[in-house]
Amino acid sequence: MCTYLTEQIQITGSGKGATGWFALSDASVYFDHPVHAMADHTLNIDFLNPRQGPSARVAVELTAESARALAKAIEAALASVPPGMLA
Amino acid sequence: MNEALTAETISINGYGGDEIEAYLARPMGDGPFGSVVVIHHMPGYDSGTKEITRKFAAHGYAALMPNLHHRDAPGASPDDAAAASRASGGVPDDRLVGDVGAAAGYLRALPGANGKAGVIGYCSGGRQSFLAACSLQLDAAVDCYGACIVNPPPEGMPMKVQPIVGLSKDLSCPLLGLFGADDKFPAPAETAELSRVLDDLGKEHEFHTYDGTGHSFFTTDRAAYRVEAANDGWAKIWDFYGRYLAG
Repeated sequence: MCTYLTEQIQITGSGKGATGWFALSDASVYFDHPVHAMADHTLNIDFLNPRQGPSARVAVELTAESARALAKAIEAALASVPPGMLA
Repeated sequence: MNEALTAETISINGYGGDEIEAYLARPMGDGPFGSVVVIHHMPGYDSGTKEITRKFAAHGYAALMPNLHHRDAPGASPDDAAAASRASGGVPDDRLVGDVGAAAGYLRALPGANGKAGVIGYCSGGRQSFLAACSLQLDAAVDCYGACIVNPPPEGMPMKVQPIVGLSKDLSCPLLGLFGADDKFPAPAETAELSRVLDDLGKEHEFHTYDGTGHSFFTTDRAAYRVEAANDGWAKIWDFYGRYLAG
């Protein structure tokens, strides 16, 4: 078995998949064996819209170090936004 | 053996009569052939597992791999289908048994089939291979690093599987187990416990655990690939199926 804790959240936004842009409604975040990345385990994020079917998915597989760096970068970017813009 | 084979995508009627996709590879010639049902790993019905299916045909076995995720995502790419299956809790056990039973029946009915059918599964398919061998009349089963046979899944895991060691008394055929010493799911303690249970029941089995090897060591296109373990594992598979399935 190769599945560990999965965080599933609802999100609002858009992603670009194999057939173009689509609205996102869900995301899964989990640490597991990757499909493509050259690592035994990676932090994987699936950006999804299940109502549009299983192919409405944008997937990323990041090393743990990369995932932590990404999380910090997201927080830093949001922290730098001028007051009033985060409606 | 001239290793000539044919391979194609077909449809079979699996659990509940559902029409599902499956990948068939079989040797050219008149037979007799043993049969192998290939159970893909959790990442799905992918090119690597199709390559494994063809490898069995090159070695003289008719092999069929049902797409266990077909119902979750018909027509989707294997990784998208696997993600959909994962999100919905994985493949239900009763559906797995129905699909494997249908695949074995299809193979046994092929011209040239010798009537013997085995099963092999990787990752989640390792557990499913054991499940099938305890639920169906088969002739040989191979479990490649299947977890959650003895131990429940770790807390927080979305998979709805439960331990099935209690089915061991119904194991219908010899079992070959191939595991990595560095694997956590299944860890060596879990496979040792399964071996002990099978010993107590007098069920024929042989387990091999490779040092310096973790999970998924047969997957040639991933960082987990371990050539030494995989080569030795394949040799053990040919020996095992040669004794119980061949000609």
